[in-house]
Amino acid sequence: MRPPIPLALESAALRAAGTLSRLAGRGGGTTLPGKLLWKLDPGAIDVLARRLPQGSVLVSATNGKTTTSAMVAAILRPRVRVAHNDSGANLVSGIASTLLRAGEAELGLFEVDEAALPEVARRVRPKALLLGNLFRDQLDRYGELEIVAGRWRDAVAALPDAQLVVNGDDPQVGDLARLHDGARVFGLDDPRRARPALQHAADSKYCLRCGTPYEYAAAYVGHLGDYRCPNCGHARPPLDVVGRDIELDGLDGASFTLAAPEGVTRVRLALPGLYNVYNALAAGSLALSLGVPVADVGAGLQRFSAAFGRFERIAVGDRRLLMLLFKNPAGANVVVRTLVEASAPRVAVIALNDQIADGRDVSWIWDVDFEPLVDGLDALVVTGERAAELALRFAYGGLPRERIEVVPSLGKALDRGLELTPAGGELTVLPTYTAMLALRRIVAARGHVANYWETAA
Amino acid sequence: MKLRVGHLYPDYLNIYADRGNIAVLIERARLRGHELDVRAIGMHDRVPVGEIDLFYVGGGQDREQALVADDLAAKAPPLRGAVEAGAAFLAVCGGYQLLGRFYRDVAGVEHPGIGLLPLHTVAEPRRMIGDVLLECTWAGRTLAGFENHAGRTLLDEGAEPLGRVVAGFGNDGRSGYEGCRYRRVYGTYLHGPLLPRNPWFADHLLAEALAHAGGPTELAPLPDELERQAHAVSAERARSRGGRF
Ligand SMILES: [Zn+2]
Repeated sequence: MRPPIPLALESAALRAAGTLSRLAGRGGGTTLPGKLLWKLDPGAIDVLARRLPQGSVLVSATNGKTTTSAMVAAILRPRVRVAHNDSGANLVSGIASTLLRAGEAELGLFEVDEAALPEVARRVRPKALLLGNLFRDQLDRYGELEIVAGRWRDAVAALPDAQLVVNGDDPQVGDLARLHDGARVFGLDDPRRARPALQHAADSKYCLRCGTPYEYAAAYVGHLGDYRCPNCGHARPPLDVVGRDIELDGLDGASFTLAAPEGVTRVRLALPGLYNVYNALAAGSLALSLGVPVADVGAGLQRFSAAFGRFERIAVGDRRLLMLLFKNPAGANVVVRTLVEASAPRVAVIALNDQIADGRDVSWIWDVDFEPLVDGLDALVVTGERAAELALRFAYGGLPRERIEVVPSLGKALDRGLELTPAGGELTVLPTYTAMLALRRIVAARGHVANYWETAA
Repeated sequence: MKLRVGHLYPDYLNIYADRGNIAVLIERARLRGHELDVRAIGMHDRVPVGEIDLFYVGGGQDREQALVADDLAAKAPPLRGAVEAGAAFLAVCGGYQLLGRFYRDVAGVEHPGIGLLPLHTVAEPRRMIGDVLLECTWAGRTLAGFENHAGRTLLDEGAEPLGRVVAGFGNDGRSGYEGCRYRRVYGTYLHGPLLPRNPWFADHLLAEALAHAGGPTELAPLPDELERQAHAVSAERARSRGGRF
């Protein structure tokens, strides 16, 4: 067996590799050092994590983990020096990279990929674990939802001393609280914001215990809500932290009352939509478990501005881009709902790539409820590697074919979308993950936004 | 004319965009002046024998398959009767597996199938995930799609596959065959939006349903430019990256 390289030496070499990669313009060098470390000496990650004087906290979910962990960082930063993988590199290698750069940080805050959670938890031994939701996403990578849920159960069972914070509104995730003493459960309680029925893409519709379809007193986002099994009584666990009196202010923001055993505060967010209320409630619940006073939780969430690229407006000459990431049916459904409730776009550019980070299987676009957008659209430009697939989705969804333009090149599609947008107007752009990165590079090359590793520094 | 479609367990077996397949059938029928009447046949519902021209059953995860397996077994006699009387049937992924004699899942639990197709399925830990391209010599056409299954499906001696695997895994990753055909029944692992990017197969199913309904089976061609583009990209994906663990 090869002896492990001394850490100090290794870190210097790996930091140099990161600088080289950044200079070579290969995506900011965010994960290359971590990948090297992971290859050279995986156990070094455990050692590096143990050096953080206040330990680590992990955040995982199918939807909202990047935004949620950025919110947690905003709440914690005034009190503690945080090492945070804020570029979204959330596999073991990305966390290793962040640990290598941790320097004087006191606390590790890691967003973790759903499938990577058991491995990361085993190595990092977090003192707190926030689990937000499980939706079907990239089944081509993860196999089945049940498999991921089973791995989460094992990860939680292996951390009996960690503080567990879970979303009680998700049947699979909320049930983890029953396996763990002292878990903190959060959820929404505002039936005015509920959907009349479960959306098509709802995932965990059947009772975990007996398989009977759940009955929902309120369904908020996908299968998240106040559920109860009419047959065996399996139901949402009692909530410790409740979000209520929710006000949605179109694309401009949202506000809600956060009620916890520690106190009550009114939270105003600069982010739109019910899904961001979930993200904020999750972040706030974790911060309370870490001992942050309730007033500071509210203030931190208020300070927070949109996590990179999930939702942003970019001025491009005398027009604006409104860019919203879409990545799986549940996530895309909330994006569509938020857009239509604010004001449905008349022109849109939608970009579908099929690289690993997007999901190689593009079937999921058929599970998105795009139909509310169809009536308002005068023109749709579809782009990306699977542009034609997207065109078919809208054609069979009722958009007349003469309103659909297939422009596979992202740059040309952007130009065409801007051309179709009146001066002073806003162009809605919905890209999948790698399409979003590519579009940002295109816009940045034209001098409109900074690259993310510059803004994230 | 009016064509009657029976969608089995739409609430349970719908993991991969099965509604896309239904949407394509409805629209392509409409453009030829036919009306599709799609009704759900769910848990505990009766199979309306003689009143369905085309059955559809989609895919699900192991859990959902287990939830419907017993109910489907109870529906086996009327479904078999309908098929013998010439009804058409498309079964995708999990639904395809349940049309065989049995499906043994990764945990070793055996779920009864309904024995409508001459095959059985045994799951192995390693899932077969990726793009697929098939050559259907019986139709002189190709099918492009995506597969994601732990089950290895073994056809009985003499059973007709849906196609020969050009790229991808297919039924079991070894035999070189994908899917199964029997009378007007078609089973396949190609899930989700199979029909949008393979419009000839959608039209073939419509013609089969029309034949059962006693109507003219000719369908006027449609432009299908977007469909051709989507098929080409999907087929290229299968050639460049299909059939690899
Ligand atoms: Zn139950």
